[in-house]
Amino acid sequence: MALDRSDVEKIAHLARLQIDEQEIPQYTENLSSILDLVNQMQAVDTSDIEPMANSHDAVQRLRADEVTEQNNREKLQSIAPAAEAGLFQVPKVIE
Amino acid sequence: MFDKTLAELASGLENGDFSSVELTQTYLDRIKAEDSKYNSYITVTEEHALAQAKAADEARAAGNASAFTGLPIAQKDIFCTDGVKTSCASKMLDNFVAPYNATVVDKFNAAGAVMLGKTNMDEFAMGSSNESSFYGPSRNPWDTDRVPGGSSGGSAAAVAARLAPAATGTDTGGSIRQPAALCGITGLKPTYGRVSRFGMIAFASSLDQGGPMTRTAEDAAMMLNVMAGFDHRDSTSMQVEVPDYTADLNQPLKGLTIGLPKEYFPQDLSPAIAMQVQNAVKEFEAMGATVKEVSLPNTALAIPAYYIVAPAEASSNLSRFDGVRYGYRCESPVDLEDLYKRSRGEGFGPEVQRRIMVGTYALSEGFYDAYYKKAQQIRRLIKQDFVNALNECDVIMGPTTPHPAFKLGEKTSDPVAMYMEDIFTIALNLAGLPGMSIPCGQTEGLPVGLQIIGDYFAEQKLLNVAHQFQLATDWHKQTPDGI
Amino acid sequence: MEWEAVIGLEIHAQLSTNSKIFSGASTAFGAEPNTQACAVDLALPGTLPVFNEEALRSAVKFGLAIDAEIGRKSVFDRKNYFYPDLPKGYQTSQLFYPIVGVGHVDITMDDGTTKRVGVTRAHLEEDAGKSLHDEFPGMTGIDLNRAGTPLLEIVSEPDIRSAKEAVAYVRKIHAIVTSLGICDGNMAEGSFRCDCNVSIRPKGQEEFGTRTETKNINSFRFIERAIEGEIERQIDLLEDGGRVVQETRLYDANKNETRSMRSKEEANDYRYFPCPDLLPIIIDDDYIDVIRNDLPELPDARKARFMDDYGLSDYDAMVLSGERNLAQYFETVAKASDDAKLAANWVMGELSKMLNQNDTEIVNSPVSADQLGGMLVRIKDDTISGKIAKQVFEVMWHEGGTADQIIEAKGLKQVTDTGAIEGIVDEVIAKADKQVEQYKAAEPEKRGKMLGFFMGQVMKATGGKANPGAVNGILKKKLDALCD
Repeated sequence: MALDRSDVEKIAHLARLQIDEQEIPQYTENLSSILDLVNQMQAVDTSDIEPMANSHDAVQRLRADEVTEQNNREKLQSIAPAAEAGLFQVPKVIE
Repeated sequence: MFDKTLAELASGLENGDFSSVELTQTYLDRIKAEDSKYNSYITVTEEHALAQAKAADEARAAGNASAFTGLPIAQKDIFCTDGVKTSCASKMLDNFVAPYNATVVDKFNAAGAVMLGKTNMDEFAMGSSNESSFYGPSRNPWDTDRVPGGSSGGSAAAVAARLAPAATGTDTGGSIRQPAALCGITGLKPTYGRVSRFGMIAFASSLDQGGPMTRTAEDAAMMLNVMAGFDHRDSTSMQVEVPDYTADLNQPLKGLTIGLPKEYFPQDLSPAIAMQVQNAVKEFEAMGATVKEVSLPNTALAIPAYYIVAPAEASSNLSRFDGVRYGYRCESPVDLEDLYKRSRGEGFGPEVQRRIMVGTYALSEGFYDAYYKKAQQIRRLIKQDFVNALNECDVIMGPTTPHPAFKLGEKTSDPVAMYMEDIFTIALNLAGLPGMSIPCGQTEGLPVGLQIIGDYFAEQKLLNVAHQFQLATDWHKQTPDGI
Repeated sequence: MEWEAVIGLEIHAQLSTNSKIFSGASTAFGAEPNTQACAVDLALPGTLPVFNEEALRSAVKFGLAIDAEIGRKSVFDRKNYFYPDLPKGYQTSQLFYPIVGVGHVDITMDDGTTKRVGVTRAHLEEDAGKSLHDEFPGMTGIDLNRAGTPLLEIVSEPDIRSAKEAVAYVRKIHAIVTSLGICDGNMAEGSFRCDCNVSIRPKGQEEFGTRTETKNINSFRFIERAIEGEIERQIDLLEDGGRVVQETRLYDANKNETRSMRSKEEANDYRYFPCPDLLPIIIDDDYIDVIRNDLPELPDARKARFMDDYGLSDYDAMVLSGERNLAQYFETVAKASDDAKLAANWVMGELSKMLNQNDTEIVNSPVSADQLGGMLVRIKDDTISGKIAKQVFEVMWHEGGTADQIIEAKGLKQVTDTGAIEGIVDEVIAKADKQVEQYKAAEPEKRGKMLGFFMGQVMKATGGKANPGAVNGILKKKLDALCD
């Protein structure tokens, strides 16, 4: 299955990845060949098969509603690229 | 001292032949002297290791030593370690000092282990050759022009080069077993849910599993005794009792039924590999095992299904790396979109970006049923194959990889060719079953791995089978030249 | 042309759990930024979610309260999009298998008519953090304390046809979640928020028009205004030959209008898929039955009881039964005073007025139900008049104290001593020759009205403390004696 340049650009935007202009043909080719590989799945009829999300078909365990975490802001923000007054900072978002 | 197994080192410590500080220093010195050849470590935690070793010696002197006290190991750089850089071999996390410990790390600390450092790997565990590491590839100690395999290539190389007696790895599609095979060591991928994933940086959540990489099956059992167990912080962790994995190592194999799937011996399998695996099987027959052919008819679908499930989950798991709260942030972003796109575009390497894009595409509107859902249905077919086969035999055996270690750069330009290296290992992750790779021969001076697959939570059986083989053979004792 | 509005609402109710839906961090409101955002909430690499049982129980309670199907199997999905207040780059939500399926609520309009509104589904999800745009020049600040707070998103069918119906529906859902105790209902703090989907179509047409979504409206009044404004805007657009664009809009309470939120609305592709870090939630009949047997009284049942037990009117019963805290307050006052109607008048009158003026929730009322009840007892036993009671209530509100303490301290005890009142009446009559003459000259049937002046004088002289009934009788007696 062949993807074209605009598909790759659209995917890269959805995934928020900046790709160099000159890399797009390479990605297009790589992604197309990967899709050819995965499309081998389409040959099998799986209409009656329940999808398997977990190998054990296990069910969710529940946690008691207790506060177990204390304020750890100083340590957790010490690794932030930009934080001030206790807030993480990003370029101004216009809504 | 550095050529001893974990079990031997444990008795040396217990007998007072050497202290943990001496032992740790020996490894630290070796790493300093030798690792430039292998690039197996990203970070060596010398001070931290010596402090832990000293504490271990003090605990022993006070009579508080347990089986693992004072034993040095290396951690794959995918496990978060409080106060120590945890990079996942990515530029994205080159500056990331984890503020907490993975459960696996906590467990080793509680057991009194000494961490020598953090090992090299494929970036975010995406790769089969270690070449996607931001820190450069780790190299195969058997031939430094060749890859050690991946993604846990640094751990495999470190153990093979005797730069650590044992290391942790993680396995999403073969990332413990394939490098173990290529580097001639023992690797075990436990049942999904056996080892906690908390603090293990996620690649594909429904496939990832941590496990030991060691010289011997006995050492792997010692490691798994520390690593295994239920964790309330991981919803996918299973509440299944943890046995003493060393307890059954010496059970005789008489009456063991080995299944050989015909799909694991295809026409184009390297004849040398096929022969080594057949020889290993004969060894088991000599121990009283019987062999029968089984079938895993959906084997060919494993790679296609995997290359949907893994990238889809990865594309979502890696969205958190956005340059906002930690990790790499691009210089002077002009706006939010620029911050996201450049931080991620510059912070992730090409293989990671490729997989994020494949996963994003597979999940995008209109494709979910044809890709992700289809792949999850195929997972069930694959699981059923194994359940059927394991009804007829106790363990399944076959080659771990279709080829021995390949040359650096040989497959980097063709991602699909690289993916095909995982043909025998990937199905297990989709099914969630445990599997091991142990050295079973050599071809042209390179190790060959035998894969042993067992039923859910049958790690004890796998370790028993592998240990009996290692008592009868000495492939696991082979050492690369120059070590 | 006659237009008809078609309205569907999405309500986000924050569940009143102690800890977050997937982590052990506190959900308390108002903490310093990022002090309640733990490693899981910040989406540090390697962290994993574990589901809070109280969030599940709360959702099931709600499902039972609206007579809905409960999902025996529900599944968390990931909704993928990038935004700085969404740390993981996805919101954990439920798309394919929600915990609550189809249900309904009945709403009552002011004119007494009732209507059934369908609930399509209600699902569990995590709240996002907050973006603060005014903290730094050129930068947005991110506070993740709210990230991971459990939300129940309640989605209505497009059954609603007017802004008034919409408000009645939102009030009803508010009454249910607060009665269940699963949400504090505090709209000002954002614990209960509403997105309104509005479209219009020519009356009689089956097909829906293009809808807009107005987000995060946080008061009943604003919901009504925003919907009314949006309906008008759409009618104007269509009647001028324009067309409605499907978009997200924001309600500006200051300007009382909605405006488009993003100039270039990009098509969202959320790439939903089941979250592989969480497993399906499976619940059985036993689990549901235990919750069902433990459900508190719901608004409809409470309203009926208020009418039966207290003899309240339909309207009073509806208002007082709506919110659990208000209902509890009322019942305490009614019991303490042993006069439900008086209690209803005071709770809906003076108390509500003060709460509104001071923008205070009933749970934070400075006058407790016991204080108010104690005061009503003093009205009933004629210690104070209703008018003096308002003064007592003022003091109670601002300074505290029991009714008896305030009456004593301020000397507000009503004068019922006939002798004392007679003396004052005599003085008033003596000083009002002109009015007395007018009284005498008036037709006997008109004299009653003229008592007002004398009444006022007596009250003035006693500082309002004279018992009005007693004053009335004595005045009449004395004045009529002068006429003989």
